[in-house]
Amino acid sequence: MAKGKRPAVTRSLKERDAVTTRKIVDLVALVARNSLAGKEPRLEIPTRTKGNTIWNKKRGILEMGDGVAERPLFDLKTAKQFMQTMLHSSTIKDLIAAQKTSSLRGVFYKAKHTVAGTKENTFDTQDESDPILEDLEVALGALREELHIFAENRGSMVGNITIVDKGDEIDCRRMGSGGYALPSIVEPDVIQFKKCEAKFVLHVEKGTVWNRFNEDRFWEKNNCILTHGAGQPPRGCRRLLQRLNQELGLPIICVLDNDPWGHYIYSVIKQGSISLAFESSRLAIPEAKFLGIRAKDFKECGLDDAVKIDLTENDVKRAKEIAAYPWFAQHRGWQREIDALLSNGFKMEVESLITKDISYVSETYVPERLKRKDWLE
Amino acid sequence: MTAKDAVMAEPRKKKSAPRADAESMAARQRDISVSEFFAKNRHLLGFDNPRKAMLTTVKEAVDNSLDACEEAGILPEIAVIVEDLEPSRPATAKSSRYRVTIVDNGPGIVRKQVENIFGRLLYGSKFHRLKMSRGQQGIGISAAGMYGLITTGRPMTIFTKPKVGQPTHHIELAMNTKTNRAEVTFDKEVKEFPPVRLRDLSSGTKALAEQGGFLTAAEFPTGTSVTIELDGKYQKGRGSVDEFLELTAIANPHARIVFVPPSRVTEDEEPDVLAAAEATAAAKAAVTTETNGVIVFPRGVQELPPEMREIQPHPKGIELGILLQMLKDYELAEKGGTLYNFLQERFCRVSASTASSMCDAIGVSSRAKAGDIEPPQAEKLYKVFQESKLAPPPTDCLAPIGVRQLLAGMLKGVRAEFYSASSRSAEVYRGRPFQIEAAVAFGGELAADEPARVIRFANRVPLLFQQSACSSFKAVTETAWKNYNLQQPRGGLPVGPLVIMIHMASVWVPFTSESKEAIADYDEIRKEMKLALMECGRKLGTYLRKRQKMRREGERRDVFERYIGEIAKAINDITGEDARKVYDALLKQARSRTAVADQVLDEDGKVLKDEPMDEDGVIVVPESMAAGAGGAAAPEAPAAEAESPPGKRRSRRATEGSAAARPSKPSKPSKPAKVDAARAELRARAAKASGKSSGGKGTDGPRLF
Repeated sequence: MAKGKRPAVTRSLKERDAVTTRKIVDLVALVARNSLAGKEPRLEIPTRTKGNTIWNKKRGILEMGDGVAERPLFDLKTAKQFMQTMLHSSTIKDLIAAQKTSSLRGVFYKAKHTVAGTKENTFDTQDESDPILEDLEVALGALREELHIFAENRGSMVGNITIVDKGDEIDCRRMGSGGYALPSIVEPDVIQFKKCEAKFVLHVEKGTVWNRFNEDRFWEKNNCILTHGAGQPPRGCRRLLQRLNQELGLPIICVLDNDPWGHYIYSVIKQGSISLAFESSRLAIPEAKFLGIRAKDFKECGLDDAVKIDLTENDVKRAKEIAAYPWFAQHRGWQREIDALLSNGFKMEVESLITKDISYVSETYVPERLKRKDWLE
Repeated sequence: MTAKDAVMAEPRKKKSAPRADAESMAARQRDISVSEFFAKNRHLLGFDNPRKAMLTTVKEAVDNSLDACEEAGILPEIAVIVEDLEPSRPATAKSSRYRVTIVDNGPGIVRKQVENIFGRLLYGSKFHRLKMSRGQQGIGISAAGMYGLITTGRPMTIFTKPKVGQPTHHIELAMNTKTNRAEVTFDKEVKEFPPVRLRDLSSGTKALAEQGGFLTAAEFPTGTSVTIELDGKYQKGRGSVDEFLELTAIANPHARIVFVPPSRVTEDEEPDVLAAAEATAAAKAAVTTETNGVIVFPRGVQELPPEMREIQPHPKGIELGILLQMLKDYELAEKGGTLYNFLQERFCRVSASTASSMCDAIGVSSRAKAGDIEPPQAEKLYKVFQESKLAPPPTDCLAPIGVRQLLAGMLKGVRAEFYSASSRSAEVYRGRPFQIEAAVAFGGELAADEPARVIRFANRVPLLFQQSACSSFKAVTETAWKNYNLQQPRGGLPVGPLVIMIHMASVWVPFTSESKEAIADYDEIRKEMKLALMECGRKLGTYLRKRQKMRREGERRDVFERYIGEIAKAINDITGEDARKVYDALLKQARSRTAVADQVLDEDGKVLKDEPMDEDGVIVVPESMAAGAGGAAAPEAPAAEAESPPGKRRSRRATEGSAAARPSKPSKPSKPAKVDAARAELRARAAKASGKSSGGKGTDGPRLF
């Protein structure tokens, strides 16, 4: 279990690799022992399901419970996953031995082949492979980077900050129109913060909105850092935001769509997600704020009817689920916000503010709200 | 419709201006002989078209032969020979002239009865009694002879030998349709029987005769041979002579039938020796074979059906008109007989006290004479019959085929993988006892995606036509086969590799018409049929579920075994543990965890273990064998074979069967067994399954339940 087990920054890379390798060998040696002893080999994987997550009210984050799923070999439902777990264990051990890192897709390809004597593939799609790696993370109690695996770069950053990434100094004020691409591993041994003048972080949902703010030099005018996570932010983005929040004390302010999906993204940033609950203590930012856009904005900003998008049945269902999340259920502001969304009967994207003016969102809407401190927490 | 009706219908009066007066009409009004009527209405008897005429001729003769053999207590040995007399006709000809000969080893016919039996319609021993037999009305064989005479002008030829060591009568009969009497055109005593000519018909018959399997004098110490020339058509398929004989063999596993179909094979063709040898082996395994153009349906069991008792009608099973007639008949027979005696003597289940209370009920003294009963009183009596509480008619007059025999019959006739049979206990419809039996065969070589084939029998006679009008067909479609893991479209036959057999045994089978093609749809009968089918279905369902489980386990094992190699390799990569050792250890676990799949497969995935279900009334042939059983019967049939040696096959008593059929203890065949050996063993096992009750002439027939 990774819960609370922070890797010491000081510990050398080599030491950490040795620990990870030993964990893998121990896990597999047990399987081998059981096999030879005529016992059914089975893996124990902490479950990453809603039922096995606990809302830690005190810390304000989602944590993983103690639930463990057995993965026996001789069961049709789990036989293939068992085999896949073994294959990935071997792949990761090789990666560590070779001192290389690989993308999720790379690992998928490395372990993908035809099962001897059949036409069946060990893995058919990457969708089968990625969860197995997450299983290994929790089963071994090792972080993804400790497994030498990284995800695709996703999300961008600009702003009044200078960082060091693997020894290269990067001035985020001079990133042109594209911004600094957020890598999937942003641990302190990879990225260090060198110089930061920014007073807060404005996190937006998508690249298109981020472009608007960047083009309008919002971060310069408001002395902040501007990030986006391409929809649901990946781990690299969330970890970086958390570090900015915890290490530099910067408030994280989110501008997301006014729909259940936007609310959910906020919830993930703030409390963590169910499937990565074991990582919450590294990822969740209980202090994150939701600035907009809000259900009341249609009237407040005098938006045109054309921006309305009808709520689907699924949206309504989803909104009600989110309203029942324990951290929202006890929050009157959020209850009112979701009620307002439901009684509106429509949702709005951040881009809908463009109907007022092309730069309304960056030059009027956000600055005004910031000034009024009009946000949800 | 009867001849009488036809007579009454003939003179139609018209209301328009008279074209003839009563006198002139009277001159044309005369008696119509039954034969003449049927000559004109031959479709009523099953001679509608050339193909059906051929079938009906064979059917009537075979039915008579089987009845005669059984009544005399002889295991039937029947040869059916169809000769094509115009082999050079154009291929497009609609019909042709054939000579049909049926030879049996029955008791023969005494000289003075020959004309009556073969030359008169509605003459027979079976019509007047309530006794289970194949024929009923006494129309069949004489009608066939008449049809032959009408279409070819040739008389019927009969050889019959009623006594061992006595000469054979050779008689030719031409029927006079006007007088309903046969005219003898040839009458001579000869020595030979069966007719030698038939043995030399073709290379196939010669070869079989040399092996002692065809018309040998030893097998036919007495018997009858009937030859009819007719205009007909021989064509295989549904409703053919072939199908009729195939089904007859299934329902009569105690009979051995040899069929020589017409062929254009020239006489001097070399016989296929190898094929003949194979056929001999197969015959021992009791599987139907075809060699050199001769089809042999071997004997599957050695016991005759038990002898059947004749019963009196049950009071609830008669109609008012019949009652009046019976009273009249009784008066004729027993001048001055009392009603009291009449009731007791002419009905079953009427005791002395019942008879006197019936007399009281209609207000006559028990000394009243039967002849004095007036129609109103008779009507009262008829009502009393309906209201009285009487025991159902006795049922020991029925001879069901029996579960074991059903299975033996199905096993030799249908190449399937699973067989089950059930025999219900006797029930009553309209005061007549009847008994239903059913069997199903599943899988093997049967077509997988076609509707099930329903084969129907009444008193062991196959019913080939009018399937959908038959009560049994309705019973099949009304049974919920889905409950037994089979597909079934709404209101239709189940779909799958399935043959369903239904047999009705009764002292009087209610046919829908004279041509005896479909059983009338009485609720009591249909209910019993459904119950019998459900019983078979349940066994089939159990088997299918078990097989499904086996397959599933097999698939599971496949899955596990597929992955074990990968896992062993990964373990080796990570820990350095010996991959081979890990693999073997895991494989062992996988095997033991999917042991169910081993119930029919060993390591080679081929061989039968001692496992097939030991349930009553069920036989399972492992798939691999059912599939291979086709032509691959190997010559070395095992010693455990249930058949007695050919020379001894004829046995007047039916006791040796159960002993001969007792199997050697089914050993575990660890090596791939020969197909026929396994089949033989299964047969033997089937025999064992009913061994306890198959002690020959039981009153009730062998029964398993």
